[in-house]
Amino acid sequence: MKKKNNHLSYAKWGYLFILPFFAAFFIFSLIPLVDTVRYSFYEYYRSGIKEVGPTFVGLENYTALLQSDMIGYAGNTLILWLIGFVPQIVIALLLANWFTDIRIKIRGMQVFKIIIYLPNLIMASAFAMLFFALFSTNGPINSILLSMGMVSEPIDFMGTAFGTRSLIGLMNFLMWFGNTTIMLMAAIMSISPDIFEACELDGCGSVKRFFYITLPLIRPILAYTLITSIIGGLQMFDVPQILTNGQGNPNRTSMTLIMFLNSHLKSRNYGMAGALSVYLFIVSGVLCFFVYRMTNGKDKTGTARAAKKAKGGSKA
Amino acid sequence: MKHKKGNLGETILAYFILIVLSFLCLFFFYILIVNATRSHADLQKGFSWLPGNYFLENLKSVANDGSFPMFRGILNSLIVSTCTAALCTYFSALTAYGLYAYQFKLKKVAFTFIMAILVMPTQVTAMGFLRLMTNIGLYDSLLPLILPSVASPAVFYFMYSYLESSLPLSLVEAARIDGSGEFMTFNRIVLPIMKPAVAVQAIFTFVGSWNNYFVPALIIQSKDKMTVPILIATLRGADYMNFDMGKIYMMIMVAIVPIIVVYLLLSKYIIAGITLGGVKE
Repeated sequence: MKKKNNHLSYAKWGYLFILPFFAAFFIFSLIPLVDTVRYSFYEYYRSGIKEVGPTFVGLENYTALLQSDMIGYAGNTLILWLIGFVPQIVIALLLANWFTDIRIKIRGMQVFKIIIYLPNLIMASAFAMLFFALFSTNGPINSILLSMGMVSEPIDFMGTAFGTRSLIGLMNFLMWFGNTTIMLMAAIMSISPDIFEACELDGCGSVKRFFYITLPLIRPILAYTLITSIIGGLQMFDVPQILTNGQGNPNRTSMTLIMFLNSHLKSRNYGMAGALSVYLFIVSGVLCFFVYRMTNGKDKTGTARAAKKAKGGSKA
Repeated sequence: MKHKKGNLGETILAYFILIVLSFLCLFFFYILIVNATRSHADLQKGFSWLPGNYFLENLKSVANDGSFPMFRGILNSLIVSTCTAALCTYFSALTAYGLYAYQFKLKKVAFTFIMAILVMPTQVTAMGFLRLMTNIGLYDSLLPLILPSVASPAVFYFMYSYLESSLPLSLVEAARIDGSGEFMTFNRIVLPIMKPAVAVQAIFTFVGSWNNYFVPALIIQSKDKMTVPILIATLRGADYMNFDMGKIYMMIMVAIVPIIVVYLLLSKYIIAGITLGGVKE
């Protein structure tokens, strides 16, 4: 361990070095948080150029939200997340398994990895704008489908709830499956090769090996991926916002919670925005607790370490 | 024998799925590039797989468009992302070093606190943040997009893990004996050792900031301060159908391409960085 005796006199340097972090956190996160919680108990909004409030109204904003469409938007967020996450985790497991299987030598693995990770770095808003242009009724996708004779008239992808949700799911899938694949690959590669060898000697095929060896041994990372992806899903905003121009069309079926928050912030309804933020804060607080438990748990299989980058997963 | 056959089938399936997925990943960008090189009239006629020769004209009309100052936006985005990456990595490394190398009373509390907020979404404090920035006169300025990155828990955690695995405290002791001041030790000895971690996190922070949309959209109001994602959103909100489509594709392209170029140049480090220091003990 570290030598304790002559460290005491250096303590002030420790405080000094961590000061900027905590000062920035205090100013840019803590004060805003307190302010947000405080105004969630007030009636405080702007109508036209007139400011109404702030008047203390207790829990009125909270109950008003429960009676509003918030529950429906939470449902939308969950559905949109699921449409992206389920194929993402299935494909990522398959690919990670193949990439690490010594009996299947995939040529050009590096190239494949570069390609599948590419969409993760693309600006989500530009990607959504691109999809909007490509999938519009007179856009290239319809033009391709028509010329191939697959449809007789243009499909209005963004005219139906199913179409819009599928497009958002597809974008989220494309943006995140590469990232998850690489995370899971690292987890599988950390399993001792001896175990795979022993399994080979016992004559188990690749299916059995996957379900009885690989899957149980990477469970911590899988759980971690799941939780960070839920947190990312909760924050879903850029893609549906741009694709539907903030409307959540058709008929608000693709309106997410953060889009709802954004519309309250844009219209300067501080009371409602505050209450909604507090709901989101409570939910993400619970999820943060799970992540905390995982990153500080006793398992040394790499869950803790992988946490570092996995923050990237929080924008899904 | 039987095993070999099974493997062959599985290999073929693996290639098939990989090729389909790669196609999906590249297809949309291919259409983007093709369409960005075609004129509006050409695009109306339907889709073509081959690029046209309108690339420069489209680029010029994007550059000359006063209502969507795309190149000004790219400059703003560059300023914000570069400053964010620099501040975030430097102060995260400093914080990590402070908590790693020194013993003090609140050390454990500080560490636990940062770990507890590791994945807390920034959106939950957005309302208070917006009000605070308005009150202290930073509304519609680029600073609120940069300064908060000094406190980045996830980057801190990455740096801390890196220090644990690669900085022996005896090195710090040795520097002290040689008369190096504490701050000097960090800048001259510790920071160079952390270079790989700093580089990886600088890339990811840069990209994250470049793509960030939620907070900038709340803070930035005037056109000449808009970053690229806000411009894209404004484009989506505008009366889009009357626009020159070639120009629209070109705008999306100039928003995306800088990152793709950086990625292709640094892909080796980026891919390795996703799990760097991670799982292997």
